[in-house]
Amino acid sequence: MSYAVNINGVVHSVDVDGDIPLLWVLRDVIGMTGTKFGCGAGLCGACTVHIDGAPTRSCITSIDSIGSKKIMTIEAIGDTPAGRKIQKAWIDREVVQCGYCQSGQIMSAAALLAANPHPTDSDIDDAMSGNICRCGTYVRIRAAIKDAAGVNEIHGQRG
Amino acid sequence: MFIDRFAALEQDAGNRQESGLSRRTFLRASAAAGGGLLLSINLPFAASEAMAAESEDFAPNAFIRIGRDGRVTFIMSQVEMGQGTYTSMSMLIAEELAIGLDQIDVAAAPADDKLYGNPLIGFQATGGSTSVRGFFIPLREAGAVARSMLVAAAAKRWQVDPANCKAEKGAVIDSDGKRRLSYGELADDAAKQPMPGKVALKPANEFTLIGTPAPRIDSPEKVNGTARYGIDTRLPGLKVATVSACPVFGGKLKSVDDSKALAVKGVRQIVRLDNAVAVVADHMGAAKKGLAALTITWDEGPNAHLTTEDIVAAMATASSKDGVAGEKKGDVAAALKTAAKRVEAVYQLPLLAHTAMEPLNCTVHVQPDRCDIWLGTQVTSRAGAAAAKVTGLPLDKVSVHNHLLGGGFGRRLEVDSVIQAVEIARQVKAPVKIIWTREEDIQHDIFRPYYYDVLTAGLDEAGMPVSFHHRTVGASIVARWLPPAFKNGLDFDAVEAGAGPYDFPNMLVDWVRHELPEGLITGWWRGVGVTHNVFMVEGFIDELAAAAGKDPVAYRGALLGKSPRAKAVLDLAAEKAQWGKPLPKGSGRGVSVLFGFGSYLAQVAEVSVDGDGQPHVRRVVCAVDCGMVVNPDTVKAQVEGGIIYGLTAALYGDITIKNGRVEQSNFDNYQALRINEAPIIEVYIVKSNEKPGGMGEPGTSGIQPAVANAIFAATGKRLRKMPIDSAQLKTG
Ligand code: FES
Ligand code: FES
Repeated sequence: MSYAVNINGVVHSVDVDGDIPLLWVLRDVIGMTGTKFGCGAGLCGACTVHIDGAPTRSCITSIDSIGSKKIMTIEAIGDTPAGRKIQKAWIDREVVQCGYCQSGQIMSAAALLAANPHPTDSDIDDAMSGNICRCGTYVRIRAAIKDAAGVNEIHGQRG
Repeated sequence: MFIDRFAALEQDAGNRQESGLSRRTFLRASAAAGGGLLLSINLPFAASEAMAAESEDFAPNAFIRIGRDGRVTFIMSQVEMGQGTYTSMSMLIAEELAIGLDQIDVAAAPADDKLYGNPLIGFQATGGSTSVRGFFIPLREAGAVARSMLVAAAAKRWQVDPANCKAEKGAVIDSDGKRRLSYGELADDAAKQPMPGKVALKPANEFTLIGTPAPRIDSPEKVNGTARYGIDTRLPGLKVATVSACPVFGGKLKSVDDSKALAVKGVRQIVRLDNAVAVVADHMGAAKKGLAALTITWDEGPNAHLTTEDIVAAMATASSKDGVAGEKKGDVAAALKTAAKRVEAVYQLPLLAHTAMEPLNCTVHVQPDRCDIWLGTQVTSRAGAAAAKVTGLPLDKVSVHNHLLGGGFGRRLEVDSVIQAVEIARQVKAPVKIIWTREEDIQHDIFRPYYYDVLTAGLDEAGMPVSFHHRTVGASIVARWLPPAFKNGLDFDAVEAGAGPYDFPNMLVDWVRHELPEGLITGWWRGVGVTHNVFMVEGFIDELAAAAGKDPVAYRGALLGKSPRAKAVLDLAAEKAQWGKPLPKGSGRGVSVLFGFGSYLAQVAEVSVDGDGQPHVRRVVCAVDCGMVVNPDTVKAQVEGGIIYGLTAALYGDITIKNGRVEQSNFDNYQALRINEAPIIEVYIVKSNEKPGGMGEPGTSGIQPAVANAIFAATGKRLRKMPIDSAQLKTG
């Protein structure tokens, strides 16, 4: 059956079964590969997108559950104030290693910052612990979020 | 890891500073197509490739192009796994070429690029060591050669002695500083100059880039979703497939009922292999749904009842066999007889999966006269050779399009998934991307071997070791992965760092080869030999210090008389971690020190253990001496990442086998450390002008014993086996 989904402000019409996860619609049907596959089970966060602003694991979100809600992906997050700040902080802090998890990390962090401009360490833990990074960039992710939020901390350390 | 080590050997052999270029040709200069100067370089890459490169043929695998616009472009096959290799390489070239980092671009070479006028054997058949160690001298030499040819071109134009001209910020300036020609203006002429046989490299005290933190050039595309990994390959008419191999090692496919799968919308085809079934579909969603709808019957074969306990029991038995000596000094047996005290312990490490963030995948298009594959691999040539073998095509009809790697950790040094992907694609009349689910990725990994080690030491009256014997029992990766390097029955990687950096009056490190049942394959895992040995040795040394009633740092220090660099990092880490300063009850500090991959690293971990026996790693302080540092920030990043990787293994890493199958399947039962569990990590780099060492692995190697030793300090319980069993630590 056909579904119309609003992704980054553009409506795409896709013809797939209703139980197909949004992740594969994005990557394979529409061809937007910035959103990553890591586990397919809601465990790693690599596939995180925003649905009406809420960070959501697209690998366990079926296409028929979306309706008219607005999806935002990594490809457009730089157009939001929080997304832009997070991307800049990520570069300034040299967070990235292999980079594969970082689309998801940035989507989670941007959602956190948009909802909570001054997150504490435990806010960061809560918002970010669903995102695995096998390259181990956590120390810098924490620092970068604080940079983006303008919360002071000593370089490279958990404040 | 072996590759690192080989790169280091290459570098030693090619220590060409001031001594004329290369024992074999590694560099050529010519005019670039489209104008300018082109340097073609043969860089020492991964082991097998480097061995092949002993032949006389010059097969360049990297290029430096200086265009008429003055832009310098460094072109090479993708080898970026996340260590900032591209950035470091650019720094080496820019340093000697006397340009800023903003004047050099890095471009990935497209597989069929004709611009560089060679058959591109290099790109198609070259694997990548991601270590900067092997490139440190060659890339600087290449930069220096280009600079000297540009200077020669300017001197000729001005009719002056080149010795009186100097290169600066992308231009050549004459002696009085009045005349100036940019590299762009000189590039064509430079290509006509003879290539110098000898070039002088800058002394370290004149470096302006090397040793300074430089921004990574691969970051921007990785924060906006445009970076392309193998899994992101898009092609017209592309199908997507997912696969299920027999869950029992060595088992085969008996039969499959695919009627329900074929009825799934978007499913196109079911492909049967000897030991696997693949579902080909329009997208991964349909492929996964189709796979779940298959009814598969397996012939489980001889391993159907295999368990981890069987494996360990066989290794325990094997541990009493005679081993092959790796390192030997004096007579351990005789010394042990005279010892005042004897300490003996068995240490074990489990099978581990890699779980690189990007699950294994490979896109293949098999056509009658050619085969193309798209993936992220550390061994492009092996991937190409595997595809040629499966298809029966000659090697020059196979093109490997390499991409960014979403993590490697040793897993992408293997081509098992490539072979399988090509076998599937041969049966599909379209390009097809084969993606392993995370479950498949974990259950059909090529695992870090299980190790079962027996350590025996004799101490004198003062508690210092008079004999040290480390017997390691495990499978050989070298024998499988690089047979020519497996010599005299010894896997050198298995025994590497088997006695740590210590000086023992009598010592023996020996190895008993014990292969796992057929089908259960073991491989590299973020520095496998050293990583395993450091856990065993550093745990055991801690036991010796305790048996002697001595402080763990002081005890180690006393054994490092012949290794001042090891002693220096140990002392620095201890000082920065405030070793000796009291901690609250239930907390402790643990230390480890190692030499591996050409680097010295000491770590102090601070751990608290709660009433449930749960360890919490609060802080890790590292001191590292990895020789000359190209980009200090990437060194820090590598240590941080290595520690997190090792901590994951210490806390959670355990692949167990039951009924011939892996019991773990995804990140719920094969967990990875998360941000809320990540400690504070401090990294201190010792300034050094020694040869650069590898930094991808040492962090991982040193953290497990540091944590285990900290737990001992906190609880008095000695952990001789990973992962940490919190039930053992429970006090409540
Ligand atoms: S891929 Fe969706 S959470 Fe892992
Ligand atoms: S940067 Fe590689 S997994 Fe996070």
